[in-house]
Amino acid sequence: MKDLADAALNAAQVKGADYADVRLDEQVQQEIIVKNGQLAAVSDDASEGFGVRVLVNGAWGFAGSARLDKAEVEEVVDRAIRIARASGRVRSAPVDLGPPVTSRGRYRTPLERDPFSVPLSEKVDLLLRADAAMGAVKGVSIREGSMEFIRQRKIFASTEGAFTEQELYESGAGIEATATSPEEVQNRSYPNSFGRHQGAGGYEYITAMQLDRHGQRIGEEAVALLTAPLCPSGVKTLILDASQTALQIHESCGHPTELDRVFGMEAAYAGTSFMTPEKLNHLQYGSPKVTITADAFTPTGLGTFGWDDEGVPAQQSLLIKGGLFVGYLTSRETASVLGQQSNGTMRADGWNRIPLIRMTNVNLEPGDSSLEQMIAETKDGVYMDTNRSWSIDDKRLNFQFGTQLAYEIVSGKRGRMLKNATYAGITPEFWNSCDAVAGRSEWKVWGLANCGKGQPSQVAHVSHGAAPARFQNVKVGILK
Amino acid sequence: MKSMEVARLTDEAELKRFMAGLLERSPAEQTEVMVTEWDSALTRFANNGIHQNVAERDISVRVRVVKDGKTGVASINQMNETAASDVLERAVAIADLQPPGEVVPMPGPAKTRPVEAWSDATAAATPEERADFVEAVCVKAGRAGLKAFGAFSTSAGQLAIANSLGVLHHQRSTQATVNSVVMGEAGSGYADRGAIDVRELDRNELAAEVIDKAQRNQNAQPVEPGVYEVVLEEYAVAEMLEFMSFMGFSALAAQEERSFMRLGEQITGDQVTIWDDGLDRTGLPASFDFEGVPKQRVDLITRGVASGLVYDMQTAMRAGRQSTGHGLPAPNTQGPFAVNLFMEPGTAAKAELASGIKRGIWVTRFWYVRTVHEKASIITGMTREGTFLIENGRIVRPVKDIRFTQSILEALMGTLALSRSTKLQVAEYLGASRVPAMRLKAFRFTS
Repeated sequence: MKDLADAALNAAQVKGADYADVRLDEQVQQEIIVKNGQLAAVSDDASEGFGVRVLVNGAWGFAGSARLDKAEVEEVVDRAIRIARASGRVRSAPVDLGPPVTSRGRYRTPLERDPFSVPLSEKVDLLLRADAAMGAVKGVSIREGSMEFIRQRKIFASTEGAFTEQELYESGAGIEATATSPEEVQNRSYPNSFGRHQGAGGYEYITAMQLDRHGQRIGEEAVALLTAPLCPSGVKTLILDASQTALQIHESCGHPTELDRVFGMEAAYAGTSFMTPEKLNHLQYGSPKVTITADAFTPTGLGTFGWDDEGVPAQQSLLIKGGLFVGYLTSRETASVLGQQSNGTMRADGWNRIPLIRMTNVNLEPGDSSLEQMIAETKDGVYMDTNRSWSIDDKRLNFQFGTQLAYEIVSGKRGRMLKNATYAGITPEFWNSCDAVAGRSEWKVWGLANCGKGQPSQVAHVSHGAAPARFQNVKVGILK
Repeated sequence: MKSMEVARLTDEAELKRFMAGLLERSPAEQTEVMVTEWDSALTRFANNGIHQNVAERDISVRVRVVKDGKTGVASINQMNETAASDVLERAVAIADLQPPGEVVPMPGPAKTRPVEAWSDATAAATPEERADFVEAVCVKAGRAGLKAFGAFSTSAGQLAIANSLGVLHHQRSTQATVNSVVMGEAGSGYADRGAIDVRELDRNELAAEVIDKAQRNQNAQPVEPGVYEVVLEEYAVAEMLEFMSFMGFSALAAQEERSFMRLGEQITGDQVTIWDDGLDRTGLPASFDFEGVPKQRVDLITRGVASGLVYDMQTAMRAGRQSTGHGLPAPNTQGPFAVNLFMEPGTAAKAELASGIKRGIWVTRFWYVRTVHEKASIITGMTREGTFLIENGRIVRPVKDIRFTQSILEALMGTLALSRSTKLQVAEYLGASRVPAMRLKAFRFTS
């Protein structure tokens, strides 16, 4: 593999590249789905290839191919160079990457049990036991459970002398119970929604979820939701469980602090950002309870690695400090525009894509409250748990989320279960209304393996450390 | 120079030999092999300049085996003898290691109707041609004091499916798409185009539409949330249609009692007729689905009455009927999917759809649409890049983007008019819709 990387970099320099990097990437993925007591799908997918990124006269070109041989390397480099020259015909400012990056080394995801060494029967058995627990509940009409395991081996090399090798593992799983009536479809899932709860690690990550112990509870909740009252409409105190807080961070803090969005590089697709440079160190984004970091060292985080896909070492940096907006997620190219250096967030979703600024582990730091205390202090509110629906505008200001489960809170006590709960708001108003965040004991890292961005589209796997949090004066109950 | 850029795809005869060899060596009772191969490029621009510019060649060989009542699926992105052995061994190993389950049947051979989905011009598109197109849009935007953003992509690919029951289908296809947002100091516009043949994409027409929209959409003022009569441009109509497909047109959604479709009942206004037809070349056609079943036209909503669903092999088996050719690649637990959608046009000129509206909203496109309640077909999302207030039949001013939360069926029940022109709208991930613009009696904007 090193030979191919050297061949690509040499060819790129000979053909006129001022800078070049190459990523060789080999990925295997296993997916298992159990549905309604049957093994519905097992697949085992393998993909390998390489991508060459070049700068010619300050303009980018990129090409990739699945064929791993030297003749193909030559062709791909030719293609990347030709594309870069075409880019140069319609260029604005030349790309400045800032100081060179010369990282070298190896990184491997810490893990206790290689998920690819665990027998299929053990995995299927766990999913079937969880399925049976859901199936024991009368009224559950659809049960589904899944697991996903990924191993990615990648080499990054650049003409600046960087050479890194990484072996990254992910393990994920989840179960979901669905109950239906002529008017309703109600889902409850565990540990998170939309497929799986995923983290960087081995099979121990799956074992710790204890999927089979939660099947009955979520089945009962799904059935109970069918006849639960609709979430009332009004302006109330809102308490979010940790997983929904994680998604709120993702959509309303993670994305708007991506500096490529700020500069318009995603304007025609994912959108731009309200967090423009003149607001840096001035915008009171949230209340003093709100401190958010980008931390590529968080254990089990999907954004935990040795180096990003520009060879920049993993870092921890502040985005929001005591409510004040203080930092962006950056790349070499975008950081240099602000006179900064990259904080290491460039990742591609495979060999055939260029790296983009992606969240690493964007975490809301724990506070000093607890879910129990937050509820006890609330007179008139709603507790919402596990995401069901999410939507936010292209500047990341106007959002509306729905959750699978909700409870009313009346005079400090949890009341009736509520269905079809939604809440809406405007990002800085919402985070400035945050008056409590639960402490470290309720703080957990949530993996999201479905973050879309870029053209051609890429799906990033990112994480968010979060704990339950409380917000005042929030509009809830859009459907009532 | 130009010939070097012609998309490199494996020769059809070589592809078929590879697939036949793989089927021959399989020890399973039934084996299916699907090969997808593509060569694609995309030029992305921002602030009137190209900032990302990429190309890739890739292939996927996906094998499904059925052995002793058990199914295994594996894939690899190489096409050679070693890869064939590897992928087959892995698929068989998966089947051997699992308990018996429900087997999705493989189809037998059936004649497909060939549809042409290929353009030599698209397959031969060069980075210079993409740059020229982008430059034309950027220069026009710059001259108007605006900034252009967007992406222009060209791709060529092929899909081949063979199975041990005798199915052997092959199809080549190309696709060219361009989208653009043009921004001024205080607002933006949007336009996109898609076609099989890149020569059908007119840079001047696209630039004129997006620049005009951006110029008209400056200094928008907020409008109060509430229920408004609306005109939805084709961009918004297509997105609504895709969500209908996602939530309700699949036989699996109906079998699992999740679908809003109540067959035989009036579920929308009688001006609404929707069907799926993979063989219509005015869409993005395909002769067969990802299970190797020939595509059939399916009438989904006929003059407002729910009239049909799309089936794959599994849902057809459960219903005791034939697949309609809407299967996705194995292993698939999501059910069939209608990806070649059409909505019947009306008789109105698009520009006249606002006439007669006392106070309403003109919507260019939707953004970040998500399902809120699938059985009631309720979706939420934002308007984006061109929302205007209509008063006394005329667009009077731009309004700030606003959130809607609306039942699609309820909205369509109030269909007042459809444009006679239609637009091909290429979906983000799979397929396309051909739709008119619409005037609807009531649409709920919530925040």
